[in-house]
Amino acid sequence: MERSRLVFSGSGGQGVITAAIILAKAAAIFENKHAIQSQSYGAAARGGSTRSDVIIDDAQIYFPKVTQPNILISLTQESYNTFAPIIRPGGLLLVDSKYVTIEKKVDARHIALPMFDTVMKNIGNAIVFNICMLGTLIGISELINPESIIKVLGRTIPEEFMEMNKKALALGLEMGKSAG
Amino acid sequence: MKDKEHIRFLQGNEACVEGALYAGIDFFAGYPITPSTEIMEHLASRLPQKGGKFIQMEDEIASMGAIIGASLTGKKVMTATSGPGFSLKQEALGYACMAEIPCVIANVQRGGPSTGNPTHVSQGDVNQAKWGTHGDHAIIALTASNHQDVFNITVEAFNMAETYRTPVIILLDEVIGHMREKLVIPEPGEITVVERLRTSVQKGVDYHPYLPREDGRLPMSDFGGEHRYNVTGLFHDMWGFPNNNPKVVSELLRHLMEKIETNVNNINMYKEYWLEDAEYILVSYGSSARSAIHLARNRRARGFKIGVLELQTLWPFPADMVREKCAGAKAIVVVEMNMGQVVTQVKNAVDHPNKVFLANRVDGELISPSNIKTLLRMIQGKGV
Repeated sequence: MERSRLVFSGSGGQGVITAAIILAKAAAIFENKHAIQSQSYGAAARGGSTRSDVIIDDAQIYFPKVTQPNILISLTQESYNTFAPIIRPGGLLLVDSKYVTIEKKVDARHIALPMFDTVMKNIGNAIVFNICMLGTLIGISELINPESIIKVLGRTIPEEFMEMNKKALALGLEMGKSAG
Repeated sequence: MKDKEHIRFLQGNEACVEGALYAGIDFFAGYPITPSTEIMEHLASRLPQKGGKFIQMEDEIASMGAIIGASLTGKKVMTATSGPGFSLKQEALGYACMAEIPCVIANVQRGGPSTGNPTHVSQGDVNQAKWGTHGDHAIIALTASNHQDVFNITVEAFNMAETYRTPVIILLDEVIGHMREKLVIPEPGEITVVERLRTSVQKGVDYHPYLPREDGRLPMSDFGGEHRYNVTGLFHDMWGFPNNNPKVVSELLRHLMEKIETNVNNINMYKEYWLEDAEYILVSYGSSARSAIHLARNRRARGFKIGVLELQTLWPFPADMVREKCAGAKAIVVVEMNMGQVVTQVKNAVDHPNKVFLANRVDGELISPSNIKTLLRMIQGKGV
């Protein structure tokens, strides 16, 4: 596979960093790929834009940071404004249409989807917004097998939350596939 | 899913915890500080589960004192900190060198001096690991650039602490401590674990805590157990009692140095990448080695004869090995995130110090492959 360099961005509490960890973990443990996750850490991460970097590759990954993502996910206007300029030309830009209005013209495939609204309408709990976003991302990019995400969730979250997470993932996958 | 349970995806700090548990840690005392806190946090839950003891102390000085005491009673011990806390530990660290008490100190480096740049990466404590405490002494300091190696050097740190009866420093950095990647936990027995060497002297028979065996090792007796003996930071005789007889002083100081300096080859851990025909050699360690290897791999693909020597043992500095590996190089570039600490050692080690250059970054960001590439181009006379 071609090296995937992802930047997840949003604001604290949206679960962006958790989503990044789940994706990287799924790739590393259940798909035998090399994966690295790191995050911006410090005073700037509080209240401002949160950012987490993920690299996935078949080959060993040494330099762990992403300088030019080929996939950028932005869940707030501020993070979109901050990070859109760094996207690799021809990359994929996924945003939530409730929170982000696409303004800048960057050389990328822009996809704006109502991920948050879909979760609220069908599940009614914002806690799985990030899982729906992961589903959407996988639906569009076929980055990894969605089953691997479910396996990671099975290892990390209580049983009673599994159904809700699976539903959020499926909603995202469906949205992503039709958009992709 | 059970078959994948030994495969983990975690932070470098957690890999250090897994290594400590594998090595048989019994006791941890510490005081939280960024970017080392996750070591403490995870041991707080994991250590009691295996019957060990975890104590959050009032500060870093007390933490160092606590692990020294616990070690004397026969426990495998560790503390974890970052720059400011490492400074506070230095006095007691010297005591552990002098009294020959096995212990492991993890320092996850951040920017300094003082409280410096808490959430950002640095490798500025390399010299402090060696010279932070006063007086002539030898020390062991290990580092690593990926989580599998963090696990391995942590096990080795415990092993070397027991083998040489010395404090061992694990020098991680913020990037390695916080980033997440895969760790495959080895089966028990896959990596050798060195246990405490206890005296065979029976209860009621005189035990000399500082009387070396023929192989130079000093068997220990759990303090408060079967034998009564003295432990002091003063120069001492074989009973452990203070003694300033010139012969005793000189012999003890030489012993403290030689037990480590004469074992440089046994303590030395390193990795090499594409060195066999390398004209340009990058010498690096910790997270900056990742950037060096990244660059070398890309340059190799374009036919450029470049290799990487990744140091895992920083102290005692493996000067002979560095000289041999670098003998044929046109240029040697030391990649590190400080104002030039390991580069000084490399210059002292090699035959032609004028061929040694420093590629560094000290702004709190991880040095990138392109940072190193820029310097390489200048060395080659190609401009930026």
